[in-house]
Amino acid sequence: MIQAFLLQSGYNATLVTLGAMALGLATGAVGAFLFLRKRSLVPDAMAHATLPGVGLAFLVMVAFGGEGRFLPGLLLGAGVSSLLGLWVLQGLVRGTRLPEDAAIGIVLSTFYGAGIVLLTYIQGLGAGRQAGLEGFLLGSTAGMLREDVYLIAGGGVLVLAALFCLRRVLVMVAFDPGYARVLGVRPAWVDAALMALVLAVVLLGIRVVGAILVVALLITPAVAARMWTDRVGVMVLISAGIGGAAGFGGAAMSAAVPGLPTGAVIVALVFAGFVISAIFAPKRGLLGYLRRAA
Amino acid sequence: MTVALAFDHLSVLYGAVTAVDQVTAEIPMGAMTAIVGPNGAGKSTLLKAALGVVPKASGEARFFGTSLDEARAKVAYMPQRASVDWDFPIRVIDVVLMGMQRALGLLRPVRAADRAFAMDCLARVELTDFAKRQIGALSGGQQQRVFLARALAQRAQLYLLDEPFAGVDAKTEAAIVRVLQGLRDEGAAVVAVHHDLASVPVWFDRVLLLNRRLIAAGPVAAVFTPDALRETYGGALPPLQAA
Repeated sequence: MIQAFLLQSGYNATLVTLGAMALGLATGAVGAFLFLRKRSLVPDAMAHATLPGVGLAFLVMVAFGGEGRFLPGLLLGAGVSSLLGLWVLQGLVRGTRLPEDAAIGIVLSTFYGAGIVLLTYIQGLGAGRQAGLEGFLLGSTAGMLREDVYLIAGGGVLVLAALFCLRRVLVMVAFDPGYARVLGVRPAWVDAALMALVLAVVLLGIRVVGAILVVALLITPAVAARMWTDRVGVMVLISAGIGGAAGFGGAAMSAAVPGLPTGAVIVALVFAGFVISAIFAPKRGLLGYLRRAA
Repeated sequence: MTVALAFDHLSVLYGAVTAVDQVTAEIPMGAMTAIVGPNGAGKSTLLKAALGVVPKASGEARFFGTSLDEARAKVAYMPQRASVDWDFPIRVIDVVLMGMQRALGLLRPVRAADRAFAMDCLARVELTDFAKRQIGALSGGQQQRVFLARALAQRAQLYLLDEPFAGVDAKTEAAIVRVLQGLRDEGAAVVAVHHDLASVPVWFDRVLLLNRRLIAAGPVAAVFTPDALRETYGGALPPLQAA
């Protein structure tokens, strides 16, 4: 275990651990902006909506004689399917009187159901080497290729760079969209950019953390970070730090203990970060509250 | 008379309800104009539609004789205080810096000179000591003045203010009025959605009476008459103000 944390349990395990850390950094940072925009549940629908795309992409790649587990191909399918889910979600919110939470519930369960049907069908086929597909449900670092890790880590770095460029307009639109519009910043475009970054981290995250759990990596670090500070910039850094530490720790632990599910361990570590914050954060934590009450 | 803002047959619909009906009026430079009318008269909506914050059903608003996109650098806006979440994790100085977004763009870092100018804006609304506070720690009147400082940071020539005096005490009100009169005296146009009829003749040069449609617009002395007010407010005019 200690070896894994010191990155001494082999080149591949080290690579996976650093990749999971990059993923956690990016997801925590994006999640902070999403939390401030009060859209934290949308990625849950987007993540669940990736599953039918994963299944279909697998079938298409196998049908063309390729290897079904080619990650960029699977992620392309997941992305298209997730965008379709987002489109249906926005259609339900704009076209009907459904509130967003109900629309999220509909999209999430329907796409997830369709995804499970497809993945079960694929397992029955015995086609290709489908063993990796269930990893998209709950996340797994077992059997990840070196190129997969490069893709995830590189994507995470790109997401962080995009966030750095957009930081001021993201904050402005989250705080006061009407004012942003008067200044010539278009809230619809900024929201679209934020959703694109959310989609990017969801896609990067589903292989490692899983479609069901990836939303935890977006919401929980942001909520925990909010307790420590009253400044957006600091909050984004803390949120990214919690996500990155959880990604690093979760991947290292699952590398050291065979059979430990990576995604679930990462999410448990993120939650530990939340509990620590909820107790010890000076202004908004439990201890601070008790001290002021006393 | 240079026209800062011209409404031209501007209408706004909320669903099937006409919120603003064919309003045509001109706002000149170098004057303070009050937009006055009963609740639901479309005062805030008129400003928001001109600024593109809510969609126009028909008509248009021209800023300095051109479109808003062309004139954006000259137009400052102060929304209602209730329009934002004051628990948002941001400091007073950072809200004021938002007003400088057009100068900062996407990538340029905030420099010492930018901060100094933002502090100048805070000094004009007497909030220098509050620069590093979280915005939620301020009183309602102080929050109102933060929004005014942010509008000042835009270095505009036309200031559109949505209920700048709502829920502030007399001292804050006087402080805000002094700032606005300073802008007017420098030649800017100041427009404020306003509720207190008694103070209109004291503070404002011009008035625009609105009840979905335009009732009257012009200098206070000519337009702010009991008859016009009765027409604006229907039978609902408070007796004190009808006198």
